[in-house]
Formats: sequence, structure tokens, C-alpha cells
Amino acid sequence: MQKSKLGLDFSKVAEAKEVAHSIAANVQQFVHKYTTVAVERTLCRLIGIDGVDENGVPIPNIVVDRAKECGRLQDGLFSLMGSAVVQTGLSPHDVAQKVAMDEITFSTLSICGKNEVSVALQPFVDKSIGLITANRKRRNNMIAEIGEGTKPYIYVIVATGNIFEDVVQAQAAARQGADIIAVIRTTGQSLLDYVPYGATTEGFGGTYATQENFRIMRKALDEVGVEVKRYIRLCNYCSGLCMPEIAAMGALEGLDVMLNDALYGILFRDINPQRTLVDQYFSRIINGFAGVIINTGEDNYLTTADAVEEAHTVLASDMINEQLALLAGLPEEQMGLGHAFEIDPEIKNGFLYELSQALMTREIFPKAPLKYMPPTKFMTGNIFKGHIQNALFNQIAIWTGQGIQLLGMLTEAVHTPFMSDRFLAIENAKYIFNNMQNIGDEIDFKEGGIVQQRAQEVLDKALTLLKKVEKEGLFSALEKGLFANVKRSKTGGKGLDGVCLKGTSYINPFISIMKNS
Amino acid sequence: MIIKPYGDTMNDGKVQVSFTLPLPSKEESIEAARQIMYKMGFDNPQVVFYKELAEGFTFFVCYGNSTHSIDFTQIKVQKVESTTWSMAETDKFIEKNIGRKIVVVGASTGSDAHTVGIDAIMNMKGYAGHYGLERYEMFSAYNMGSQVSNEELIKRAIEVNADALLVSQTVTQKDVHLKNMTELIEMLDAEGLRKRVIVVCGGPRISHELAKELGFDAGFGMNSYADDVASYLAQEVSRRLKNY
Repeated sequence: MQKSKLGLDFSKVAEAKEVAHSIAANVQQFVHKYTTVAVERTLCRLIGIDGVDENGVPIPNIVVDRAKECGRLQDGLFSLMGSAVVQTGLSPHDVAQKVAMDEITFSTLSICGKNEVSVALQPFVDKSIGLITANRKRRNNMIAEIGEGTKPYIYVIVATGNIFEDVVQAQAAARQGADIIAVIRTTGQSLLDYVPYGATTEGFGGTYATQENFRIMRKALDEVGVEVKRYIRLCNYCSGLCMPEIAAMGALEGLDVMLNDALYGILFRDINPQRTLVDQYFSRIINGFAGVIINTGEDNYLTTADAVEEAHTVLASDMINEQLALLAGLPEEQMGLGHAFEIDPEIKNGFLYELSQALMTREIFPKAPLKYMPPTKFMTGNIFKGHIQNALFNQIAIWTGQGIQLLGMLTEAVHTPFMSDRFLAIENAKYIFNNMQNIGDEIDFKEGGIVQQRAQEVLDKALTLLKKVEKEGLFSALEKGLFANVKRSKTGGKGLDGVCLKGTSYINPFISIMKNS
Repeated sequence: MIIKPYGDTMNDGKVQVSFTLPLPSKEESIEAARQIMYKMGFDNPQVVFYKELAEGFTFFVCYGNSTHSIDFTQIKVQKVESTTWSMAETDKFIEKNIGRKIVVVGASTGSDAHTVGIDAIMNMKGYAGHYGLERYEMFSAYNMGSQVSNEELIKRAIEVNADALLVSQTVTQKDVHLKNMTELIEMLDAEGLRKRVIVVCGGPRISHELAKELGFDAGFGMNSYADDVASYLAQEVSRRLKNY
């Protein structure tokens, strides 16, 4: 039996996880019946369809739109493309070109048997699975060969808008001690219902996520990793309207970490709940298979809701996210469940509450590489105080064994980080991580003291909330604003028209291949 | 009154500066940093710390004495002309002088993904003890969140027949917020709505002067809260009613 420094009752934790499981299983019953345009585009990509037409429209979008226009999305692109491959003898890529030129039309296409389709597409399926497996091996081999940073992994962002400038910044950050480089996406990409193509040099507040940009950055990080003798992980954003597509592209290009959270998209990007929960399921299957650590976005709840009053919503949501991930076959070791250091610095003993909540999260998800987010809401532009706020945040991270430390920047709320801001942030974290390395092993907490009581209270409230969500169902809970004080309707938000009930001919062989690996 | 930055003695002009130069860490680079300081108008420049951050990029922390001074008596600043009241006072004023709720639509627009500013002004809870517009009895407040396009903002304003639009810009890159804010005003003009709504912007990098320059009615910068905005809106709506 695990021993809690916080006096947590693990039978309550188990009960809460059971309730969360029932919530997730309920969602899953819905998810199984549906597909989306994004899932179908992902299937296209996984059988080798890529590229854009002369107007820059991605071929997977054209193909899926053609299927949708004639009402055959329900058959699924795997069946449609497979049947066309059987009937023409062409590769999926060539069939897609002909579909784009209207030389093959789905409306008149007859569907071949599931067996025939599967046999015809087997070589293409094998190819993607082979590439993704090879990338997973590449990562493991590199880590075995050159090593990796110790946890908490130091996570910094680059966001210049230009992938080639990002490379300069990313390599500089790696040399300074970063373990994970996240390339922030350009503003609004999460709301695009397609993935742009090729290397890009213009973006606002970030850089387009494209497969080519992934490839460029992967190569740059491998180079610098060899130089600094530390494997450098690459992170991108598998959220928004192209969740599974980005997951597939990341898997094909060897990304290591992906933001991947439907609840975040629903609450903060107003993406339709049905759409994104269906998308999320397939994206997590891909991420699980590719060995990608997912990050969830619960930390964001505390940017709109109060970090003291609403801490239990973060825990409850982490538990739901854990269960949704398990249902997609994603192992606990790849779950970067999110939480944050966002308590108002004016609150007396706020540090003790933060410490308590961070340790509580650690104890409740012992195997997960927890993603810990820095203060943002109460960063004021007083960079000197901000640097201290980040120092307190770093102390709690090393104390409680966080997995992924998203470094706070002293210039948060001022501008996207300068090279020197990033340096100061890394210096701050490394100083504290080294200087306080084993503090967590040395200190126990007073029985019934502030730290213990706080964690117990948050767990109790999370359990109550989870029971309420279970009774309501997740969709209805979202409609009532139980998370982050934001209300989202099941039929509102962006992307609902891309959701489709699966027909009887529907096949997605990747689900079983990837989940059973 | 002639003034300079203050270190520990009146008008010593002491200033701290940090910056990065695209140079490796060596003697010549330190001298380059000193000369940059001279060119920026600092006497007696001192490089107190330097460190190569990445190959060919060195970070400097410097001190110097500013050679520039300002005549404070010549300073003029455009400020929002309204009296800040408490929530109860504002609600009472609206009830008495306007007789209906003031409808406000707010958003963090364009590329900005930060909701902290608009939430501080609009959400029930507010910020630092100042309740947001949602808590006021005499405001109907619609907070659209972040990354809202100007089109969506205007659409919603028309739908709910808004009296005022609140635009928040927290963090921006390469001055994209200026373009975005100018565009909003142009679009309102084109729709013939500009005179019908009060258009207000806010954010740490916003000043009333900048707001006026961009064609807004008012701008709220650092250290402004919901009560400042609410009082201004109440007084401005009432003023406009009297003028028509």
C-alpha cells in the first residue's frame, strides 16, 4: 500500500477513479459510434495520402470533402479508398489524385468486402505502422545512447513564427539546459479544419504546425541533442479541429510530447464537444502507440476560475482525462496530466496550498509525468517579483517530483520570450532543482496541519464533483459549466458538422493494431 | 521642474538596462555593449554582468547615468475623463439616469489568446477585489473570451444591441494588436455603427492616448479595474443620451 505524506485516504482515491472511469466509459459508448472528418483525413494520411492541390488545399481534405458531399462519409475513407484501390489497381495516393480531379467519384463507387479492402490496403497500413515503430525505436535508441535530462524535464517554448528562426532559438535553449522544446502554434491554428503544408516562415504568436516543420525541428533537435549529450524532446499541439491528424503527423515525424486534451478545446476554444471527443479518442490511440507523452490542459481552468476555490475541478478533470486516456490504450507513463501554480500571491500560506496540491497530484497519479504550469494569472509586468514567483513554483516542482516543468518567464504578460528571458528561466530552474534536489525525501508534514488538510479537502471535493458529473453525464456537466465556470452545449461550438455516424461498411484497422501493440 | 531617473541621489540619472547582443562573449563584445550604452544616452556605462547565452549571443546587464532629462511641467497626458464610483453607486446612477441595463460585449480579439484582461473586467469575480461587470445589476455583460475575430465581435454586438464594446489586448507580437484594433474601427465605420457604440480598449500596453489615436473612445491601461470601466461607461452612456 502506498503511504501518503498528506494523509490521503487511498480508498477515496480509488473510489474517485472508479467514478471517473464510469464517466469516461459513458463518453466512450458515444465515441465508438461516430467518426469525424478529421479522423477520416487521418486515415488518408496513414495510408500515404499527402500533398496539396494547386490552390494549396491538402489532398486529404479534398478527398474527405468529396466523400462528405455525396453522403458517403459514413462508409469511411478506409473502405472507400480501399474499394477504389481494389477496383483500379492504383495506390491510395494515386486514387486520391484522381478523386481530386473528379476522375474517380465516390457517389458511384461500389464498396468491396471488408476483407478485400483490408488486404488491398495492408501494404500501406504496414508502411505507416513501420515508420511510427521505427520512430519510437529511434527515440529509445537515442536515449539509451546519449541519455536524457532528469525530471522535472525543463520545458520551454519557441514562438517566432518562422520555423528556421525557431531552430536557432530551440538549439540555443537546448544548449542552455532545456529538455523539451515546444513550438507554439500560430494563433488560431486550432480552429483551422485542415493542416497547412510545407515549411512556413510566417505566423502570429507562433509557427504553423506542419509535417515539414515537424521534420525540420526534429532534425535540429537531434543534432543539438548529440552535441549536448541529452535527448531533446519535441512538443507540439494535438488539439483543436485536427487532433488525430496532427497526432499522425507527429507520430510519423518522431515528436515526443503533444498537448492533447478535448476538454481544453471545448472549454477554451469553443470546439464542439462531440467532435473533439471523437477526435481525441483516435489521437490518443496514435499517441499511445507512438510513445508520445500527452499533456492535458487542466491548468487553464485556473486562469479563469479561482485556484483555491476550484482546485478540485483540476483534480476531477485529471481523473477523467486519465480514464479517457486508458480507454484509448495510452499508458500512465505517457500521461502528462496538467495542473498549475496559480494561487494569488497575496494569499497567506498560498505556498503551502500549492505545495499540498502539487504533492497530492503526484501521489494520486504516481506514474504520470505530470505537467506543471507556472504562474501566469498573477504575473504583473513586475519582472523582479515575477522571477521570484517562478522560483517558488520551481521549488514546489523539485519538492514534489513533477514530470514536466513548463518554465515560467519573468516577462509573462509582457511579450513572447526573448532569448535572455528563456536563459534566466532555465538558470532559475536549474539552480533550484540542484540546490533543493532531495528536499522531498527529507521533509514530512505535520499530521492535521495546513498541508495535509488542504489535500484532503481537495480530494473530498473532487470526489463529490465527480459523482455529480457521473450522475449528469459529461456532456450535461459541460453544459452546466462545472469546469472552469465555462458553459458549453453538446450541439454548440465549432466543428459539429464534421461528425458522422459510422455506417456498416466502416473500418478503421489502426485502432486494433495500435491499441493491441 | 527638470528631472532625471533616480538611483539614490536626486538627478543622478542612474538606470539599469539589460539586453542581448548577437556577439560571442569576448572583450570586444563588452566594449560594444558599453558603446551601445553611450549611444543610448548613458554616461559612465558599466557592464556588471555578461554571459554568452548561445553561440554568438551574449547577454549584458549594465548601469549608466542618463544624460537626458525631462521638464515635468511640460508633460500632458490624455486621461479618461470620468469619476470612478463603487459598484453600488454606478448601479444607482444607471438606474436613475439611464433607466435600463447597459449592454456590453467584450472579447480578447485577434491573435490574443489571453483572457486574463477581459476576465478581470467582465467576470463576476473580477480581479483583486474589484468585482467584474457581470456582478453589476445594471450591466448585461457578454464575455466572448479570447481569439475572437472583429467580425464575430461586431456580429454579437448587433445581435444584443450593445451600448459598448470592450476589446482586450494582453500580449501581442510585432504590434499586431495595433493593426487589429484599427481594423475594428474601420469595420464599425463601414457598417455605420461607429457612432452608435462606445468602443473601449484595455491592456497593459494600452493608454488612453493610444486608444484615441486608434479611433477608440477610451483606453484603460495598467492598474485599471472593472469599477473604472463601469463608471466611465455609465457616465458616457448618460452623456450621450443627453446630447441626442
